[in-house]
Amino acid sequence: MNDGYNVIGKSVGRIDGKVKVTGQAKYTGDLRFPGMLVGKILTSPYAHARILSIDTSEAEKLPGVKAVITHKDVPSLKYGISPARWDENIFCIEKVLFVGDKIAAVAAVDEETVYKALKLIKVEYEVLPAVLDPLKAMDEDTPWLHAEYPHNINTEIHQDFGNVEKAFAESFHVRTDRFVGQRAYQSPIEPHSAISMWDGDKLTVYSSTQSPHYFQYYIARQFGLPMGNVRVLKTYIGGGFGGKLEPTGLEFAGAALAKITGRPVRMFYDRHEMFAHNRGRHRQYMELKTGVDKDGKILGVYANFLMDGGAYTSLGVASAYYAGALLTIPYDFANYRFDMYRVYTNLPACGAQRGHGHPQPRFAFESHMDNIAHDLRLDPIELRLRNARKPGTITPNEFKVNSCALEAAVEKARAISNWDEKRNNLPKGRGIGIGLGAFVSGAGYPIYRTNLPHAAAIIKVNEDGSSATLYTGAVDIGQGSDTVLCQMAAEAMGYTFEKMTIVSADTEAAPHDFGAYASRQTLMSGAAVKQAGEDVKKQLLELAAPSLGINVAELDCRDEVIYVKKSPEQQRTFAEVAREFFVKKGPLVGKGSYTPPKLGGKFKGAAVGTSPAYSFAAQVTEVAVDPETGEVNVLEAWDVHDCGKVINPALLHAQVHGAFFMGMGESVWEEVLFDENGKILNANLSDYRVPTALDMPQFHSELVDSYEPNAPWGVKEVGEGATTPTMGSIANAIYHASGVRIKSLPISPEKIWRALKEQREE
Amino acid sequence: MPEVLRDSQGSKHYLINLNVNGDTYTLAVKGNALLVNVLRDWLDFTGTKKGCELGDCGSCTVLIDGKPVNSCMVLAVEAEGHEITTIEGVSPSDKLDRLQESFIANAAIQCGYCTPGMILAGKALLTHNPHPTEMEVREAISGNLCRCTGYVNIVKAILAVADENPPEGGESA
Ligand code: FES
Ligand code: FES
Repeated sequence: MNDGYNVIGKSVGRIDGKVKVTGQAKYTGDLRFPGMLVGKILTSPYAHARILSIDTSEAEKLPGVKAVITHKDVPSLKYGISPARWDENIFCIEKVLFVGDKIAAVAAVDEETVYKALKLIKVEYEVLPAVLDPLKAMDEDTPWLHAEYPHNINTEIHQDFGNVEKAFAESFHVRTDRFVGQRAYQSPIEPHSAISMWDGDKLTVYSSTQSPHYFQYYIARQFGLPMGNVRVLKTYIGGGFGGKLEPTGLEFAGAALAKITGRPVRMFYDRHEMFAHNRGRHRQYMELKTGVDKDGKILGVYANFLMDGGAYTSLGVASAYYAGALLTIPYDFANYRFDMYRVYTNLPACGAQRGHGHPQPRFAFESHMDNIAHDLRLDPIELRLRNARKPGTITPNEFKVNSCALEAAVEKARAISNWDEKRNNLPKGRGIGIGLGAFVSGAGYPIYRTNLPHAAAIIKVNEDGSSATLYTGAVDIGQGSDTVLCQMAAEAMGYTFEKMTIVSADTEAAPHDFGAYASRQTLMSGAAVKQAGEDVKKQLLELAAPSLGINVAELDCRDEVIYVKKSPEQQRTFAEVAREFFVKKGPLVGKGSYTPPKLGGKFKGAAVGTSPAYSFAAQVTEVAVDPETGEVNVLEAWDVHDCGKVINPALLHAQVHGAFFMGMGESVWEEVLFDENGKILNANLSDYRVPTALDMPQFHSELVDSYEPNAPWGVKEVGEGATTPTMGSIANAIYHASGVRIKSLPISPEKIWRALKEQREE
Repeated sequence: MPEVLRDSQGSKHYLINLNVNGDTYTLAVKGNALLVNVLRDWLDFTGTKKGCELGDCGSCTVLIDGKPVNSCMVLAVEAEGHEITTIEGVSPSDKLDRLQESFIANAAIQCGYCTPGMILAGKALLTHNPHPTEMEVREAISGNLCRCTGYVNIVKAILAVADENPPEGGESA
């Protein structure tokens, strides 16, 4: 099969495969610098308390301690990742707002000394009543966490499109359901860490980050430095899933400690501290009301949500908007209303986790759809097909959907899972369910307001043409962007993948890119890389044309061979022409950048959810439910994805595996739990219950043909979209297997057991 | 019993010989020094990762006398007299081990943080059981958490090597 591409569309091995299988890959915590100190942050044991005094004198006296700092030693400027609501300080000044809030930091010669020193810092508190129940956060008599945010309202959204009331009045059937999504945590296996060092007034930070750019921006702002004086670079990253997108506090505290001591400082969170710092998925209360006509066509939807934001904003403003915004993507309906409150509580702040804001509302909506199908005595797939979005349509909240092969994905999922047969004939205790999903391929607007391009790339060809290096700010956090972008570069240049090297995610060495979030890099960074590659190719062809005695337009380059299109035997090698280029004109460099087109409507919050392209997915899951224990066994699952043109099929399917796996964990087991004082009860990987190899079902990942006109080579995202249908698909399978509808996540054995018991007693 | 030394503060240190990847290193460590930290911080075997220090994640897996062990749960002094293999010792030359090749070929790596531990767990399994069933592979790596791959391709990569192993009890060609 020759689709006309030499490099893309092939499952080349990862560019970082060898260093990762040999243990040579250095992650931030693996780096050592001469004189490097170890630093840690002291955190609050109380959920809500006034700080009366902090005494660091004993800690300072401990041999080996080089610096102890509190809010007095650092800028008091508030920061955050959502510019509209900067509400965090590097260290707390008056009050602590959750168990784990930052109070002071120590740098010492080794870990043992650091831990000892932390114990010697004496903090006097006046404990205040804590707000732990998000449903009571807005009550009249509930104390406020932040004086600037009355009644603990962090974000309030009211959007209304079309006429929902009229749609309900005209509906054949209107149904309301209430769902609850739990607080989950990304739990990357690599803990957060950062190493900071100064050279005069220039700061360098190695960080386990999804976005060197945002870190650079926020660190520079915090310390009053020009951005050029702050270099942020990532090493290899041990997973992020949203949790490493915003500054963690380690970078700020580390920079301050490094300045005072004049030595490099390595800061890190241990597993418990990661859970306490959190920034995972919000707990969310979701009421959905939908009206359908007698054929099941959706006429209107009302989503009325409330989110537990925890103590700070984090990325929560966007999470809150996303929760409602993306509900309109997979199904086509004209009337939509969305109300949301994101409230503060004295719990760790929540932020962006894989599928940002969308997976739980998707769980709610997919469960709700199944209930409607049940009410109308329709097969759940039939109801979905009647409402599935079509290409070239616009959502009620003004998102333009170009490519969309959702119907084909649903049909394929139905066929490969043997749905029609299984839906009616599975034995008792077994069930099969479907969920649909969708996601943005990159956000239409950056996190803070700026007119910078979203992505940029440079390609430098080695002087003799024997290799080429791609410089990009895009961040490989494990998803494989370094590999995919090198494939794209080679394709655009007419080069080979094996001769590509990459320098990525270093604010000094590579050009700007916003980083790894919102599933943006394949499309957006890819667009910049494609342009840079084409720029290289153009320069080479222009130089080669006279020597081949032909017009540039009649030349092409593929696989390192420059040839005349009409008579391919007339050719010169890439390397030979590249060398000639260097001799005659200097370095052979290609450049590219990408800015998305203006997207979205004019209403408040219209930017969130805009994207040049949307991915779609249909997932079917088969489960067994033990009626005695309520235990769920996920047996088999099928994902069919519409993700546009695929650059690297093996890496793409691997993304789907991981996305389903995370969604499965959140469906059945994962939840961060707190005691009545706001202390986390399960701040470790086994009690939190990250699924193991024994939990993963037989899994099938398939594709449908699709091409996105708005993207380089027609690509779309996959990494986050594939997690959006999972919880709904599993919830619906559990319902089919057990006959009980559990409306809160996770769908634990206990909840199922209780519901089955109630059902028997009825 | 290893020889005891005292530092200027009077704390005890134990003089131990650690055999790592076939080489012997002589070190004076405190009684509470964890093997994972000694490997990483003193000997620079940073391929041994740390994800939890609680025995939950398996990213610190090393082989001790061929058996996979969480090195965050072992004191350095306990490891004396045993053969320790870290990821750096899996392929003695630039040529990769078959299982390492298989991880690359089967796209079993994403962020790579669990990879050293997974490969060592897989090596240990294949050494004593050259033809594991899929269930046996899953069991063998069930103490190694991966947050990226859903384990699908990791299981595949280990089984692919098993498939190439000569059949049990059969003639080797
Ligand atoms: S670091 Fe040893 S098991 Fe996690
Ligand atoms: S590849 Fe990331 S934890 Fe396994």
